Amino acid sequence: MSSLKRAAIVLLAMTLLVSMAAGCARKAEEAKPAEQKPAEQAPPAQAPKPEPPKKLKVGLVFDVGGRGDKSFNDMAYAGLEKAEKEFADKIETKYLEPSAGGENREQLLRLLAEDKYDLILGIGFLFTDHVAKVAGEYPNVKFGLVDGFIADLKADSNVRCLLFQEQEGSFLVGAAAALKTKTNKIGFVGGMKIPLIEKFEAGYLAGAKYANPKVTWKSEYIGTTGDAFKDPVRGQELTNAQLNWGADVVYHASGASGIGVIEAAASKKKFAIGVDADQTLTAKPEQQPYVLTSMLKRVDVAVYDTISLLVNGKFEGGYKIFGLADDGVGYAVNDINKELIKDIEPKLEEIKKKIIAGEIKVPFDKPTLDEFLKNLK
Amino acid sequence: MSLVGEFVAEMMASAIRMGIPILLAALGAIFSERSGVINIGLEGMMMFGAFFGALGSYLGGPVLGLALAIAGGTALAFVHAMGSVTFRVNQIVSGVALNILAYGCVRFSSITIFKMATTSPHVAKLASIDVPSLSRIPVLRPLFGGVSPMVPLAVCLALASYWLIQRTVFGLRLRAVGENPLAADTVGVPVPPLRYVGVLLSGALAGLAGAYLSIEHTGMYVEGMTQGKGYIALAATIFGDWSPLRASAVAMLFGFAESLSFRVVEGGTIPYQFIKMIPYAMTLAVLAGVVGRSRPPASSGVPYEREGE
Repeated sequence: MSSLKRAAIVLLAMTLLVSMAAGCARKAEEAKPAEQKPAEQAPPAQAPKPEPPKKLKVGLVFDVGGRGDKSFNDMAYAGLEKAEKEFADKIETKYLEPSAGGENREQLLRLLAEDKYDLILGIGFLFTDHVAKVAGEYPNVKFGLVDGFIADLKADSNVRCLLFQEQEGSFLVGAAAALKTKTNKIGFVGGMKIPLIEKFEAGYLAGAKYANPKVTWKSEYIGTTGDAFKDPVRGQELTNAQLNWGADVVYHASGASGIGVIEAAASKKKFAIGVDADQTLTAKPEQQPYVLTSMLKRVDVAVYDTISLLVNGKFEGGYKIFGLADDGVGYAVNDINKELIKDIEPKLEEIKKKIIAGEIKVPFDKPTLDEFLKNLK
Repeated sequence: MSLVGEFVAEMMASAIRMGIPILLAALGAIFSERSGVINIGLEGMMMFGAFFGALGSYLGGPVLGLALAIAGGTALAFVHAMGSVTFRVNQIVSGVALNILAYGCVRFSSITIFKMATTSPHVAKLASIDVPSLSRIPVLRPLFGGVSPMVPLAVCLALASYWLIQRTVFGLRLRAVGENPLAADTVGVPVPPLRYVGVLLSGALAGLAGAYLSIEHTGMYVEGMTQGKGYIALAATIFGDWSPLRASAVAMLFGFAESLSFRVVEGGTIPYQFIKMIPYAMTLAVLAGVVGRSRPPASSGVPYEREGE
């Protein structure tokens, strides 16, 4: 009897140990690709080594979906990679991925700050509150925040908000969708229903109506939590429903869920429009002809730009807004879709010029979209 | 008319695609619970199935993927069986622990193998089936054309599970062990081995359910893609009164609720958040309305211990 209880306790302890080991191993593993020693070894090893010029430490924490989403996070990683290559002798980098639910975002930022990182980049809207909090506690550490807006920043603040005019790029791909559709029906699949993603939606729908007044649409979201960015199953079925309704071009702004959107569209030989990265290039070869274009959001440029400012000692707090004018957003042209969009490119370029010149005021949320549509008539 | 027909057919096809993983996992839950072991770890076993399925498909094609997924789910189920049958720990605690463990293991393996924490590369799918003659009828095309072979497989498994549990000596013993292990033991039915079999079968089926998500549905593993389907499968089991056929029907009903929520017109009178609630509200409603009448196996969740040992 008691021997069995003992056995049960032993088993429980073992389970605990195994999960702890798994947890630790995970941390170590995450640290590895950054080609640096684990932080635990630092104190004894640091002193005797005469490191000539001290390298700047740059840390990056990914958003939900993580590296490999072939979209938003991979763009951020591309920027980090580029900076690492370019400033190999001046910086050392490290990246971390939050847990599945993302609850430990703040913890990871703090971990890097404690570790005396010079620049910490939080990738994604969901970091807004955490960066604001941690940046307040570590005034000597500089922070870059992609997609998040923190009020009242000045040039001497330690936070730089990297914002994008997603609605402008979305306006262009919306026009592309409306010019390419044969059924005059298009679709939009958003990830999490938040103002940020509604910017994509508003721009897209406005652009579509602007280019082709006959167009109608279905526009839906996958969910109301961060999980909506990693639910390819629902992304696929939502897209199927829109294709079933008659849509023949579907644009997504849903992170890793978009893998399902492209899968659904391509398998029915209809068009998908990618987001953030040029998703033609990351799709399976048989899917590539069905990715019409992608709304490029140059998170890589933003990340690289911020790091290079740091390296050159020119880091400034405040806001940096990337739009069409400085190619921070745009639509993708590559070898595969070149032929596909050749006929509509002049029109797209024309619209692009008008947006840059301010002749088209691109809506960025529901009220401005409604107003835009009303004025079109 | 044919437009409506096509719409309905598409919706049914979507319902089947959403329902299959729930069905497979629910069959798993039935085997486990009928033998007297509650399996909250279903979600974790699905996670294992999704990941190892993608891994296998990546390494050696979708068939290897299915095999690895079954192996992965079974391996995790073995830990659960060891805990809840041999060591008689609290089955709920063991199941919850396994879900957490599964999450850690899967991410660790993903980083180690794919060098990415949350996704795998694209993987190959099984060759899809066109049902002869039926798939040529335009209205039925969405239902019978390009069907994943796992759909008929799941139907066969549901029927086989029913036959196995209701019509065979093995099934009778399995049920006896879940209802009254003492009586079963008295007449010489080996309780622990049967419970092991129940739990292991449950892991294999949950693994298969996960593999369906990663291999057949998406063609790629994405962390968290199980999205709580393991828990919904448990609800289907309870609503289905621990019977394979009824639980399968319920799984399909849940799938239908999902596919309906994709097609409810948005921007109308119904707020968006309510549309997203449909599948969950439906789960709650059926459980609240029906669970009173369904009867779990009498000894489900109760560890069996021979007296005087």
